[in-house]
Amino acid sequence: MEKTQVAIIGAGPAGLSCAVEVLKNGGKVTLLDENDRPGGQLFKQIHKFFGSREHKAGVRGIDIGNLLLQQVEEGKARVLLGSTVYGIFNRNQVAFINRGREYCLEAEKIVIATGASENPLAFPGSTLPGVMGAGAAQTLINIQRVLPGKRFIMIGSGNVGLIVSYQLLQAGAKVLAILEAAPEIGGYAVHAAKLSRAGVPFFTGYTIKYLQGNERVEEAVAVGLDANWKYIAGTEKHFEVDTVCISVGLSPLTELCWMCGCEFAYIPALGGHVPKHDQNLETSISGIYVAGDITGIEEASSAMEEGVLVGVACSESLGLITGDEASIKKKKIWNRLEQLRSGPFGKQRHEAKVVQMGGYEGSEELQ
Amino acid sequence: MSKDYNRSIVVKGYYQWTDLENSPGVPSMERMEQGPVAFVECTQEIPCDPCEEACPAGAIKIGENITALPVLDDEKCTGCGICIPSCPGLAIFLVEKNYTKTTSLIEIPHEYHPLPCTGDEVYCTDREGKPISSGKIIKVKTSFKNNLTPVLSVEVPQEYCLEIRGVMLKGG
Repeated sequence: MEKTQVAIIGAGPAGLSCAVEVLKNGGKVTLLDENDRPGGQLFKQIHKFFGSREHKAGVRGIDIGNLLLQQVEEGKARVLLGSTVYGIFNRNQVAFINRGREYCLEAEKIVIATGASENPLAFPGSTLPGVMGAGAAQTLINIQRVLPGKRFIMIGSGNVGLIVSYQLLQAGAKVLAILEAAPEIGGYAVHAAKLSRAGVPFFTGYTIKYLQGNERVEEAVAVGLDANWKYIAGTEKHFEVDTVCISVGLSPLTELCWMCGCEFAYIPALGGHVPKHDQNLETSISGIYVAGDITGIEEASSAMEEGVLVGVACSESLGLITGDEASIKKKKIWNRLEQLRSGPFGKQRHEAKVVQMGGYEGSEELQ
Repeated sequence: MSKDYNRSIVVKGYYQWTDLENSPGVPSMERMEQGPVAFVECTQEIPCDPCEEACPAGAIKIGENITALPVLDDEKCTGCGICIPSCPGLAIFLVEKNYTKTTSLIEIPHEYHPLPCTGDEVYCTDREGKPISSGKIIKVKTSFKNNLTPVLSVEVPQEYCLEIRGVMLKGG
């Protein structure tokens, strides 16, 4: 059986960042990803990231992706693409399928960085062709360079809905409306402002009622909601659209953690069932770590910080760096993570993470 | 409290001037008379601070806590516009109110293709996206230093200098 020191499942922002850190410390890394290209969501994120200089703020996701890939290549990581991990056995064996063949890899440490998937939304007409996740539309326009429609409606106004709406405009589409069932827009005001000044109207307190169309979506009907989330009769609005994008949140892709028997916590603020972990992001099973959206839905900036953190923790545990070196590094990373988890948008996630880690408060300095 | 600045934007998706005018990133009316000055239209405590580092005059302060709102020192602001493409949220503009006796010059980050050319007549939209006036493109700044965010300088009737924040191409 082939052996490696650190097997990382998922070559997105968390997995790549983790790989870079372990490689930097002289470790051997094998990265596995079921996709044919590494990078996860980074290469479709053509917008500039927020945060501070240390979080690569102001740099576009695609450029960060290229930088991480280059570092992984320079560090001579083994990257197995088109490789779907279907199981983890005996706490140290990663079983995967590549081109129809089964393989097994033995690893001293396993990092599960599988990310998240988009939540579906069922409503009359939602099975018509022309309905897709916002992330799917983003992949089509920014990776495949295909505009799947001309006239869009977006359901949900979190940052994903707002960013994808903006990128649809950049790709040449019209966005006729953004619906938000809650009374207030969920994502950042600066994203909303960009869309508004380009003429995209927001409908807060509105949801999708049904879609009409023969072969595909032809019309979307939205309806206003009262304080109890019930339709308000007579508030229907009709939109002539050919594509409907759904952005109503993400769920962590936790199957491998369940299979290993990791302990879980149910924390809605983080996207539902999430594996419990300690301050090194090690799960209840020794040697198995998690990083990125699987630990709770956040954004690529925190995923990258978590990846580095796990990279440091694995390196320390493997004896590649000393405990003192590791603790200095970890303290800095925790500070940066806490910065991303502060303010009105981040506070809830900070509090949720404390629960998930059984009381660990992150960085003391920021408390 | 920052919340007060956000009453309109969180419901409608755009700022009403009455919410924005007292926010810490907006210059005073007196300062606007004196020459070009930045408008930092950023009123939610999100973790972000590249504008602070971008400003060569030290006129934008956020501080250690990166979720704090950017505060514009309009006396220090030289109106250079370097902050505009540094903002990941595309929320910074430049307003030169007295560009001529009757017109103002507004600099707007604009990430759409095709870009207008110098001299083009364009529609100018307010924060809500309503085309409220015509404008003339005076300059189109594109540079890799700007992280590929082009910045348009557009000449508009002076009475709209507090309202115009977007550009739409005619016939596009």
